[in-house]
Amino acid sequence: MNAPLEYLLHLADNAVVLGQRNAEWCGHGPILEEDIALSNVSLDHIGQARLLYQLAAARMGEGATEDRLAYFRDAAEFRNYTLLELPHHGPLVGYAVAERDYATTIVRNFLYAALMVLVWEALEQGSDPDLAAIAAKAVKETRYHLHHAADWVVRFGDGTDESHARAQAALDHLLPYTEEFWTPSPAETAAAACGAAPLLADLRSAWDAQVDATLAAATLRRPQEPAYVPEGKLGRHSEHLSYLLGEMQSLARAHPGAVW
Amino acid sequence: MASLVEQAWAALESVTDPEIPVVSLRELGILRSIEAAGEGLEVVITPTYSGCPAMGQIEDDVAACLARAGIPARVLTRLAPAWTTDWMSPTARAKLHAYGIAPPHPVAPRAPAGAQAVPQVVHFMRTAPAPVACPRCGSSHTRETSRFGSTACKALYQCLDCREPFDYFKPY
Repeated sequence: MNAPLEYLLHLADNAVVLGQRNAEWCGHGPILEEDIALSNVSLDHIGQARLLYQLAAARMGEGATEDRLAYFRDAAEFRNYTLLELPHHGPLVGYAVAERDYATTIVRNFLYAALMVLVWEALEQGSDPDLAAIAAKAVKETRYHLHHAADWVVRFGDGTDESHARAQAALDHLLPYTEEFWTPSPAETAAAACGAAPLLADLRSAWDAQVDATLAAATLRRPQEPAYVPEGKLGRHSEHLSYLLGEMQSLARAHPGAVW
Repeated sequence: MASLVEQAWAALESVTDPEIPVVSLRELGILRSIEAAGEGLEVVITPTYSGCPAMGQIEDDVAACLARAGIPARVLTRLAPAWTTDWMSPTARAKLHAYGIAPPHPVAPRAPAGAQAVPQVVHFMRTAPAPVACPRCGSSHTRETSRFGSTACKALYQCLDCREPFDYFKPY
């Protein structure tokens, strides 16, 4: 059974938005090795996004292409988690200019990779053979992302006073956004009903175990405040997504059909 | 006279990975199959990493090589089964080593699908999981500098005996 198109776009939009966000570090990494690491992680995400958009486009027909899906949809049509579109710093308005904070980058990558290892593992066993083939590749890449991010969460949390404080602030800021993982969208419910995808609620205890183990090693405190539930995957985004898309889509929109 | 399929395998033996020009696509496990299809051939390749930027080049190189050899063929990309470094031939591993890239360890086995396995929690590791031998001096006294390197498929290492930095082809 094929997964619904909306669900494929949710997975693809997650990957492309985080890939674009993390690519902002290219040439600006705190150290050379991390600059290269983040570029590699971005490349994996953009590769995963391309495979998913290609699959969605092939199933849509009527002239759909991966480029049209990535570059010619507006913010309200994107189905990514709000967590992934946030800038690399604490809560500020969309037009604010602030230093990128590597703790924010790492904590986000950790929270998301911890989820996606579980999601890809489940999709690999799902009823949509094309999606399962993409998941079988993506899971191998995401395990490296999780190792990378989890190692840095521990280094920051159990590091200096400054790195600990910044990691804790990033966690306090970002963890509430993960509430969105656990409230199913109609696309997720439909994908689970046809056997293509897991119910995310079933993955929550495994995700909690990973998060708690890493935070304990990092001497970080998990914030417990009840959270607002974001709805990025329903197309209701923060103001940050359209700034991100503005940059990502400008070339394709200024020169439609351009090739090199 | 060799069949068209045999000719294609022979011709493609000269096509190497664009980033690692000492190993052929067949040895790396990227070139999966060549089969007769109508008047020509169907050549199947599989990507390494989802975002490997060399895939476009690899597809072009395969098509160009077969065109030069006068073999009509279509190049198809197939994702399943997913590429793994376990497919690398012993020759490929030896060539990587000679080129200065530590070849990949076998991929760690995972719990079988469907088994209600305890979730595998990733724990902080001060050092890399298994020692990687320096391709220059052979010492296993090495350290991981970064799990991500010059290409998607490699990690950065340094030998603590001869001090040489080197690439390690990551198990995938």
